[in-house]
Amino acid sequence: MESALILIPILPFLGFLINGLLGHKMPRRAVSFFACAGPAAAAILSLLAFQQVAGGEGKAIVQSLGDWIRAGSLHVPFGLKVDHLSGVMLLVITGVGTLIHVYSLGYMRDDPGYPRFFAYLNLFMAAMLVLVLANNIVLLFLGWEGVGLCSYLLIGFWYKDLSNARAGMKAFVVNRVGDFGFVLGVFLIFVTFGTFEFDALNAGAAAKVTVSDSSTLWWIGILLFVGATGKSAQIPLYVWLPDAMAGPTPVSALIHAATMVTSGIYLLARLSGLFVASGVLPIVATIGALTALLGALIALTQTDIKKVLAYSTVSQLGYMFLGAGVGAFGVAVFHLVTHAFFKALLFLAAGAVIHSLHHEQDMRKMGGLLRKLPITATVFLVGALALSGFPLTAGFFSKDEILHETLHGGHALLYAVGFVTAILTAFYTFRQFCMVFLGEYRGSAHEGHGHHDTRGALVHHADSSEIRESPWVMLGPLVILGLLSLGGGFLDVPGFLLGAAHETQAAGVGTEAHGPDTGKLTGWILGGSAAIVGILAAFTAFQWSPGLVTRLQGTTPGKIFARLSYNKFYVDEAYDLLLVRPFSAVSLILFYLIDRALIDCVLVGGTGFFVRLTGSALRRIQTGRIPTYTVLLVAGVVGLLTIFLWAAG
Amino acid sequence: MISIITFLPVATVLALLLVSRGSERAVRFIALFGSLATLGFALALLFSFSPETRGFQPQLTEQWRWIQSLGVSYKVGLDGISLFLVVLAALLTPIAILSSWTSVQKRILEFHIAILLLETGMIGVFVAMDLVLFYVFWEVMLIPMYLLIGIWGSGNRIYAAVKFFLYTVAGSLLMFLAILYLHGHVARHLAPLPATFDLEVIYTVLKAHPLGSGEQLALFLAFAASFAVKVPLFPFHTWLPDAHTEAPTAGSVILAGVLLKMGTYGFLRFAIPFFPLASLEAAPWICALAIVGIIFGACMCLVQEDMKRLVAYSSVSHLGFVMLGIFAFNLRGISGGVVQMINHGISTGALFLLIGAMYERRHTRMIVEYGGVAALAPRFAVIFFITTFSSIGLPFLNGFVGEFLILQGAFEANRTQAVLATSGVVLGAVYMLVLCRRLLLGPMSNPENDHLTDLNRRELGFLIPLVLLMVALGIFSPWLTDRVTPSVEHWLDRWAQVSSSR
Repeated sequence: MESALILIPILPFLGFLINGLLGHKMPRRAVSFFACAGPAAAAILSLLAFQQVAGGEGKAIVQSLGDWIRAGSLHVPFGLKVDHLSGVMLLVITGVGTLIHVYSLGYMRDDPGYPRFFAYLNLFMAAMLVLVLANNIVLLFLGWEGVGLCSYLLIGFWYKDLSNARAGMKAFVVNRVGDFGFVLGVFLIFVTFGTFEFDALNAGAAAKVTVSDSSTLWWIGILLFVGATGKSAQIPLYVWLPDAMAGPTPVSALIHAATMVTSGIYLLARLSGLFVASGVLPIVATIGALTALLGALIALTQTDIKKVLAYSTVSQLGYMFLGAGVGAFGVAVFHLVTHAFFKALLFLAAGAVIHSLHHEQDMRKMGGLLRKLPITATVFLVGALALSGFPLTAGFFSKDEILHETLHGGHALLYAVGFVTAILTAFYTFRQFCMVFLGEYRGSAHEGHGHHDTRGALVHHADSSEIRESPWVMLGPLVILGLLSLGGGFLDVPGFLLGAAHETQAAGVGTEAHGPDTGKLTGWILGGSAAIVGILAAFTAFQWSPGLVTRLQGTTPGKIFARLSYNKFYVDEAYDLLLVRPFSAVSLILFYLIDRALIDCVLVGGTGFFVRLTGSALRRIQTGRIPTYTVLLVAGVVGLLTIFLWAAG
Repeated sequence: MISIITFLPVATVLALLLVSRGSERAVRFIALFGSLATLGFALALLFSFSPETRGFQPQLTEQWRWIQSLGVSYKVGLDGISLFLVVLAALLTPIAILSSWTSVQKRILEFHIAILLLETGMIGVFVAMDLVLFYVFWEVMLIPMYLLIGIWGSGNRIYAAVKFFLYTVAGSLLMFLAILYLHGHVARHLAPLPATFDLEVIYTVLKAHPLGSGEQLALFLAFAASFAVKVPLFPFHTWLPDAHTEAPTAGSVILAGVLLKMGTYGFLRFAIPFFPLASLEAAPWICALAIVGIIFGACMCLVQEDMKRLVAYSSVSHLGFVMLGIFAFNLRGISGGVVQMINHGISTGALFLLIGAMYERRHTRMIVEYGGVAALAPRFAVIFFITTFSSIGLPFLNGFVGEFLILQGAFEANRTQAVLATSGVVLGAVYMLVLCRRLLLGPMSNPENDHLTDLNRRELGFLIPLVLLMVALGIFSPWLTDRVTPSVEHWLDRWAQVSSSR
C-alpha cells in the first residue's frame, strides 16, 4: 500500500486528463466510463488503505515522492500520509464522491458540456484527495487551491449566463481573502518551526520547545483560521457559498456540502495540537456558534430550494467549528461525516426535484410532490430528519455530541446558541419539506409563461401530469445515502479517532478527554426534543394552520425580521458598499490622479518641457561662427580631462 | 558556446541579407530556423551546466582581448542567475517570430533583422562579464526595440517609441558616467597593473578597497536610475503601458518576457554587489516602492479597458514582487526572484501572445468589444485560463513557486512588508478573473465576434510549449531552483562579507 498511495489522487486525475483532452471526441458511454472509473478505483484503494490503518497495528501509511519545492533549508516534499483522520476523510470523499459521479451520469445526461463537467469533477476529486493525503501544510495548500479552482470552474459551469460566471468569481476571490491569512500563517510557521510537516508542527507546538513566545502561536492559529473561514464559509467570509449554488446541483452536493467546504474543519483537526496550544479555540467556537445561528436565521425565509440547503450548510459548518472550538475535534469530524451523508442526500434529492420539474428551483412553484415523486420524497424526508437531528438518525448523534461537549466544556452561552439553532434547523428543514412535497402543486399556475433558468435555457413550467421520477441511475445513489443518513450515527467516529490518538500519540485528534457519559442521556432528550419541537412547529405553520405565518408577518417585528432574513441581513450589500465600491473608486481615482496626472503629466511631461526649455536656451550658442565653437570645444576637452584626472588620481 | 548563442542571431541576419533576395517566405523561415538553432544551443548549454556551480561556471567563460588600452575585454560567462534568462530569451525569440507570421506584413526583412539583433542584445546583456561589453549590449538592444515599436506598432506608436527611448536613455547615461567613475577607482587600486572593466576583478577590488559611503550612494543611484526604469519600479513605470500597448505582439512578448528582467538582473549583478552599503541603505525605500508598485499596479489593472494595458500594469505588480525578493537579501527571496523572472516571462509572454491572436482577428484590444469568447474559441479559452492561473500563482503551475519563495523570503526579512505584498496576491486574482469573465464568459454580446475563429495550428504550436512549461515548472521546480540556489548562495556569501566589512 505504501507505494500505491499516490494512485489515489492520480486515478481521478487521469480521468480529468482523458475527458478533458479527448472527451469531446469520444462517445458518451466512454466518457461516462472514464468519469466514474477514476473515483471508483480511488474508493477501492482508499478502503484498502483504511483497512490497513484501522486494523492491525494501526500504523500510518506514508509515501514520499521527492521534493516539490526546495530552496536551502526549505523543503516541501510530495509527502502523503494516511492515518486515522485522513483515512476517514478518504472514505467520505471517495465514497460520497463516487455516488455523486454516478448520479451525475443521469443528471447531466442532456448537457452539451457533459465531458467537460466530468473532467472538472474528476479534477476536483484529485485535488481534494491531495488535500487530505498531504503530510505538510504547503502540499495541503496545493489541494486547497485546487479544490478552489474546481469550485470556480463548476460554479460557472454554465458560463454563458454572466451571473453564474460572477458567482464563480466571487467564490474564488472571497477564498483568496481567506488564503491571504492562510499563506501568512504558513510563512510564520516556517519562520517559527523550520518545517511544514503536520506531525512536527503538532509536536513542536504542544511541547512549546521551539517557540519562546505564545503570541507567535496565537498568530499562526488565527491566520490559519482565517483561511479556514474562507474555505468553510464562516463569518465573515461565508457570503460566497450561497451564490455558489449557481453551479449544477451535483456540484453543490459534492463540493459545496459534503467535501470541499469541510476542508477548514479538516485543517483544524489535522493541526489540533497546534490549535490547542495556540489559544485561539475560544474564537473558533464563538465564530462557529454565531455562523450556525446566522445561517439558520437566513434559511428560515429563503424560497429557492437550493438556497435553503446552502444556508443550512453554512449553519452546520458552524456547528463543526463549534465542536472543534471546544476542543472536541473528533466530534467535529463526526459531524462532518454525517453531514456529508445527509446534506449530499438532500442536495441530490433537491436536484432530482429540480430535474423532474425541468429546472424549476422556486419552492413557491412546487408543492404536493409527495404523490408525484414518492421515492424522492421519501429519501428527502430521511435527509430532513437527519439534518433536524431527529432521534437515532445520523445527525442526531453527531450534533448532540457537539452540544454535549460544548456544555461539558463550560460554554453555557454557546450551548444555548447551539440549542436554539437546533430548533431553527428542524423548523426550516420541515418548512422546506412542506413547501415542496405537501399541499397542492402550484407550478402550473403560470402555464405558458416560460422564463430563463440559470443555464440561460428557456424553462417551461412542468404540467403536473408530466412530472416523473428521475431514472434509477439518480435514485440509486439517493437510496444508499439515505441508508447512511439513517445508520451513520452509529459509527463511532470520535472513539475511533480518539483511540488512534492514544495509540500513536501523534495527531492529537480529540485531545479533549472523552469523559464518562454523565448527562449524556439528558443531552439526548434535550436534543431530540429540540428536533421534534422544530418539526412540529413547521408542520403547524405550513401544513396544519397555514394562516399563522401570514399573521405573524403582519406584525411589525415579524415584518422586519422576514425582510432582514429574506435579504440575508443585507450583508452582501454592505460588503459591496463598504469594500467593493470604494475600492473600485479609489483605483479609478489613483489611475487618473496619480498615474495619469501626477506621474505621466506633471513629472514626465514636466521633464520633457524642461528639456525643451533648456534646449531653446542652449540654441543661442549655436551661432554658426567657428570661433565660438572652438572656444566651446576647448572648454569641453579641458573639462573632461579634469574629470578623468580627478577620478583616476 | 556562449558566444555562438550570442552571435548566431547576427549570423542569421547576415544570411537574411545574403540569401533571402526579398522572398517573404524565405525571410520568415531563415529567421525562424536561425532563432530555433539559437534555442537549440541554449538548451544544450542548459543541460551541460553543472547544477552545483557556485557563481560563474569557469568552463563556460570565454575571454578575448578587445580594447586593451582602455582595459576593455570581451568576456562572457554564465552562472545560475543568468542561465535561465538566456534560455528564456532564446525561447521567446522564435515564438515572437512565429507569432508575427501573418500579423506583420510590412517591411518583413527589416522586422526580422530587428528581432534578431534584439536577441543578440538581450543574450549579450545576460552573459557579459565586462562592464563595457555589458553597456554596449545594453544600448544595442535599445535601438531594435525602438524601431519595433515605432515602425510596426499600432496607433500612437511614435509617441510610445520616443517615450520608451527617452526614459531608457536618460537612465543609461547616468549609468555610463557611474561606470567611468568606477573604472577610475578600480584603476587607481590596481596600479601598476593595467586597468580593467572585468566584472570579477571589479568585485575583488571593491571587496579589498570599498568605496566611501557617499560615493556608493551616488553611484548606486546612477545605476539604479537605469535599472529601475527597466524593471519598471514605481513611479518610473509610465513608459511601459504605452510601449506595450503600441508595440506589435512580438515586441510586447519580448519586452515583457525579457527586457524587464534586465532591470532586476542589473540590480542583482551590478548595483547591489558593487555598492553593498548603499543598497542596504536604499533597501527600505526600494522595498517600499516595490510594494507600492505591487498594490498600485494591481489597482491600475482593475480600471483598464484595454487588454494590453491591463497586462502591462500587471507586469508592474509582478516585477514589484521580484524586486521585493531581491531586496530581502536572503536565499529564498533572491532565488524566488530569479524563478519569478522566468515565470513572468513565460506567463506574461503567453498572455501577450493570446491577446495578439485576438487582436489579429478583431483588430481591437478593448475588453468591451468581447464577451463569451469561450463558446466560439474553446482552445483559446482553455489556454487563456491556464495562463491566468499561472499568472495569479495557483499551486501546480509555475507562478506559485516563485511567489511562495519570494514572500517567504520577504517574510523572513521584514514581516510588515511581506504582509502588505501578500495582499497583492488577492488583488491579482481579482483583476485577472475580471478580465477572464469579461473576455471569455457570459453571453456573446457583440455580433462582430460571430465569426471569430479558434487558435490555429501555428498558434497552438507556440502556445502549447509555454503551457507545458507552466505545468512542468510548477511540478518539478527543484530542477530549476537547484541550479539557481548555489549561485545565489555564492552571491550572498560575497555580499555578506562586503556589507559587513564596516
